[in-house]
This record gives sequence, structure tokens and C-alpha cells, in this order.
Amino acid sequence: MSQLIAPRRAPAVTRRKLSWRSPRVRAWVYQALAILIIALLAWALISITLDNMRLRGIRSGFDFLLQPAGFDIGEGWLNYDSTNPYWKAFLVGLVNTLRVAVAACMLATVLGTLLGMARFSRNALLRGLSYGYVELFRNIPLLLQLLMCYLLFIEYLPPANEPLNLGDMFFLGKNGLAFPFLDWTGGQLQVVYPVLGDLQVEGGGMLSPEYLAVLLGLSLYTAAFIAEVVRAGIASVPRGQHEAGAAIGLSRARAMHLIVLPQALRLIIPPLTNQFLNLTKNSSLAVAVGYPEVVSIANTSLNQSGRALECIAIIMSVYLTLSLLTSGLMNWFNRRSAIPER
Amino acid sequence: MTSHPALTFKSIAARPSPARATGVATALQRQLFSSLPNTLLTLLLFGVFAWLALKGLSWGVVHAVFAADADQCQVARGVGACWGVINEKARFILLGRYPQPQQWRPVLATCALMLPVLASCNPRLWKPSLVLIWVSGIAAFTGLMGGGFAGLIQVPTDQWGGLPLTLMLSVLSMVLAFPIAVLAALGRRSGMPAIRSLCQVFIELVRGVPLISVLFMASFMLPLFLPADKSPDVLIRVIVGITLFAAAYMAEIIRGGLQTVTSGQTEAAASLGLTYWQMQRTIILPQALAAVVPSIVNNFISLFKDTSLVTIVSLYELTGALSLALGSDPNWRPFKIEAYLFIAAIYFAFCYAMSRYSLRVEQRLKRKGH
Repeated sequence: MSQLIAPRRAPAVTRRKLSWRSPRVRAWVYQALAILIIALLAWALISITLDNMRLRGIRSGFDFLLQPAGFDIGEGWLNYDSTNPYWKAFLVGLVNTLRVAVAACMLATVLGTLLGMARFSRNALLRGLSYGYVELFRNIPLLLQLLMCYLLFIEYLPPANEPLNLGDMFFLGKNGLAFPFLDWTGGQLQVVYPVLGDLQVEGGGMLSPEYLAVLLGLSLYTAAFIAEVVRAGIASVPRGQHEAGAAIGLSRARAMHLIVLPQALRLIIPPLTNQFLNLTKNSSLAVAVGYPEVVSIANTSLNQSGRALECIAIIMSVYLTLSLLTSGLMNWFNRRSAIPER
Repeated sequence: MTSHPALTFKSIAARPSPARATGVATALQRQLFSSLPNTLLTLLLFGVFAWLALKGLSWGVVHAVFAADADQCQVARGVGACWGVINEKARFILLGRYPQPQQWRPVLATCALMLPVLASCNPRLWKPSLVLIWVSGIAAFTGLMGGGFAGLIQVPTDQWGGLPLTLMLSVLSMVLAFPIAVLAALGRRSGMPAIRSLCQVFIELVRGVPLISVLFMASFMLPLFLPADKSPDVLIRVIVGITLFAAAYMAEIIRGGLQTVTSGQTEAAASLGLTYWQMQRTIILPQALAAVVPSIVNNFISLFKDTSLVTIVSLYELTGALSLALGSDPNWRPFKIEAYLFIAAIYFAFCYAMSRYSLRVEQRLKRKGH
């Protein structure tokens, strides 16, 4: 015979106590403390900085951007001279950064993809050379590679008045690479070829040795990293996919192109984005070879105007914006190239 | 009875033995000369490679000048390398402006600094006592380099340079960045929104800007942030900058490691009644960190390479010492490329060794089933 036990009483409504044992209370206290400490630190930093600036007579503010910069910039697409204001100098620097970073991204992607695919070649020599390239370029600091590249350009290229003639269209000498350029004169588009003059090459477009050194250094260095990204992506596609391609009669190259690469692309894009971001940030090293990109312009402006805070803030915001833009663009591309899953 | 003639057994001719599938000749044939395009590719690559190798040999060995003689080098310029520049300047490039008679000190100090690094490579030594080895190693390094006690002449930090400085900047920043990175990674996964966003802002902000701007900030702005009379010297400011930079990158790596630890581990630890910090220290972090050792080593490699940037804020580590050594000497200035190759070889040796090590750890982790 079973005996019913008395029903338990409903639990008493306990008021949530403000106890240290409650995780919620602790979380609130910790966060309040963290914010308080950060705020105190920020306040201390700002007040000390303001004091220091007053003591040393440093003026602050972004008003200097409107004053004439007073320094010349070697190259750029914009019309600029030393009487132009600082903001225009920064703009020239920004354009120069983009000009070299975008070109280097493309060059590095092409070279890196080829090198990464070469790691899967049947040809042992090609595999070995590709491995050697990657290890060599990955393990030497970029700054050193840029300096070496620049040194080679200014030491070993022929002088400006007797450049290497590459098919009468390109001329490579100490003052850079001359190439045919589109010109818009008198309302019609025409190609202007460079011509060898008495002292130097005239006409056409011209890429300075600084630009070439930075472009080449950045692309060769980043290509080694992109090659590894591509290799890892291809390696992650199961062997069965290669074999399935072979089974339906595709050649190795076509199986790679039609079956393996589209699948590898999904895994390649996120780390590739990182490499593009790194490349853009690394383009700041161009300051070491005197290529007038944004860091180099900021450095000159900083020395001239003494507005350290403002100049560094400009550098940082430029790169933050570029980083956000690049990753946004690559995310869009990633979504587009994703294989729709069932 | 007679058997039908068609049914009598007649053996067919034996098949030829299969082609050899092993051996050097077959492998070469299969790898390099399997088809006409493949053969052409091999010949082309071999041609280019051989041409480069011959050029390199002719420049670097046959016509090279090995004696430290600037006039001889000048004669061979453009035809042969001048390795004499390394003979002449190696001491300066490797040790910077450190006072000549005292140069045994940076050598010894570098050894003292390498000791904990090598010890950390051995997983059997990954225990709390390692911290002690690190503290004593770093103390020995700074003591030997700085001096000012026990009869050692005091050497100010602006005379430190070369390889010891490169190693010190990378090793010290990495070690200091480690605890910051662990805290930032834990903070980024914390359930407290304020702390999470603080850590997130720090990590993303630092990862979004180039190291060079962090270094500029350390050398130009840090003095403004601190009381005028207490401004630390440029070496300490640069270490602070590199440390913060390395910490942000490492925090992301450690966060990746934390994600590999399954939530069952957290729940098991919580059901044992461990507090948050006990749980992290004894259960979560050991697993998370072990899983990301290869990535941390790779991060260290890029940090090691990145220390070359401090040249730009005028600290004379390996790259800076080179410019200083050759820039001030018109006799040797034309032979910069040889000196560049020399330090490139040093960087390569360090980085390649570390990347091999990282690969080995990765393979061991894979075997253990991570």
C-alpha cells in the first residue's frame, strides 16, 4: 500500500539578493571597474599630454592641413607642388599607396597562384623550384628584400641615357621603366610611345625605380605567402575529386581548372584576404626606399609641422579604412564564389 | 576416347614482365620526361636554373674577392662579389656600436637569452618552472648588456645593436605579449559585453594598422603621454610598441585555440566546482595553448622579421647596424649588396629553423589527434 506523501510546498519567492556569489552581480562590478580604470587612464593620458604640449609649446589640431606643405613630392598622378596644402600632399600619398598596393596585389596573386599550383605538378623540378622560392622569400624580412631590390635597381641598371631597349616599346634604365601610354589630346585617344632622347627617354608613361622596387619587393614577398595559401587550399580538396576528374576523361589541367580549383577557392579566399591586408599594411615599408606613399608623406609632414599626434592619427585612420574596405570587398567576393550548399 | 582437339590446353605466350616501377631511372623518367610538354618544361627550367647558378657561381665564387681589401674589391666591382666587406664589417654588423673591448658581453648575453628560448622548444619543460628560467635568462641578458655593477662598465642602451638587439626585441616582446594576449583572448570570449568590446577594439585596432605606425607612435607620441621627467628611453618605448602589436596578433591565435576546446570541457570543469580562473588555468588554457603552438611559432617568425623595422625609428639592430657600418664608410659603401646577402642569410637561418620546428610540432599534434 502506498501512502501519498504530502505535496511539497511551493518554493518561496526568494528576492534576488545583491550577493557577491551571484555571477550577475560580479559581472556588473567587474565591467564597471574595467570601464572606470580605462576612463581614469584615458583622462590621465589626456591631461598629461595636454600639459606636455603646453610646456613644449606644441600646437595641436588639424588646421595645419590647410597650410602650404612646402615640400616636393617625387611622383604621383595628381598635380602637386610645394605651395599646395598638406591635405593635398596626404592625398598624393594615399593615391601612391593605392597605386602600388593594388598593382602588387594583382601581381602577387597571379604569381602566388602559379607557384601554389606548381607544388602539385608532376614535374619534380618544378615542384622543387617552387618550394625553394617559397622558403627563400618567406624567411627573409620584407624590409631587407625591398632595400636589396632598390639597390639592384639603382646600382645595376644602365644609366638613363642608354637604357635597356625592350622591343622599342619599353625602356628600362636608372630613372625607371618607360612604357607606351594612352594620351588624350585634342579630343582623341592615341598611344604615345616612349622615344630615346639625348639625355633620357621621352614621352610615354614612366614608372620610377622606387615604385618598381616597392612593387617588385611586395609582390615577390607576398607571392610566397599566397603560394602557401593556394597550396593548402588545393591540398584540402580530397584526392577522390582529382580521380573523379580523371575518370570522366578530363586532363590534369582541366580537372584542376574545372573541379579542384572551384572547391579550393572557398578555403583560399579568407586567408587570401589576410594576405591582401598584410600587403597593404606592408606597403608602408616603402618609406625606407623613399617612395612617397602615405607614411612617408606623414613622416615628412610630422617633421615639418611637429603635429605628431595628428599625422599618426591620419596614418592609422587611412590604414584602418583600407583594411575595412579590403575585407568588405573580399567578403562580398567570398559570398559570391561560395558553392551553394543543399 | 579421344579428346577434342579444340579442348587441348595450349599455353599462350608469356606476357612481358612489367616495366620497372622503382629505381632512379624510372623515377626520373616518370617525373621529368613523361611526355613531350613535360620534357620541354624540364629542359626549360633546367636551362634557366643552370644559367642562374652559373651566373651566381661566377659572381659569388670565381670572380669574388674574399680578402678585406677595398681596392681589390673596387677592381672586381660588377664582375665579382666582394665578400671582404663581411670580413671587415661583420663585427660591427653583428654587434653594432657596442664598445670594442667589451664585446664579449653581448655575445655572452645572447647565449643567456637563447637558453630559455631553446628550453621552451622542448615540450617536456612546459611547466611553471619555465617562467623562472625565462626571468633569469632575461635578467642575465639585461645585466650583461647594461652593466654598471661588479666591475662591468655601464653601456647605455643607445650603443646596443646588431644581432643581440634583434633577438632581444623579438624575444622580449613575444614573452611580454604572451600574458596580454591570453587576457585579451579570454576577454574577447567573455560573457561581459563591456570587457568583450574593449578587448575587441584593442585587437582590431592594432591589427588594422601597420607596425611602422605603431613604432612611430612609440617613438614620437609616448613621450607626450608620460610626465616630461619620466620619459623612458627609446628602446623601452619601442619594446612597448612591438609588445602591444604582437599581443593583438597572438590574441587572435589563442582565441582560435580556445575555440578548439569543446564546451563539454568547460561544463565538466564547472560541474567540478572550479572557479573561472581555476578552470582556465587547469583545464581550458593547457589544451588551447598546446593546439596553437605551431601558429605561435609562426607568429614569432614574422615578429622576428618585423624587428627589422626598428631601423626606421633609428635603433641599430641587424639591418640598422648594416646601414650604419657601410653608410659611414665610403670605401665599403658600394658593396652593400654583399652585406645585405650576409644578414639575409642570418635571418633565413633563424626563420627556416623555426619554421621547421613549427612543422614538427604540428605533425606531432596531428598524430596525437588534435
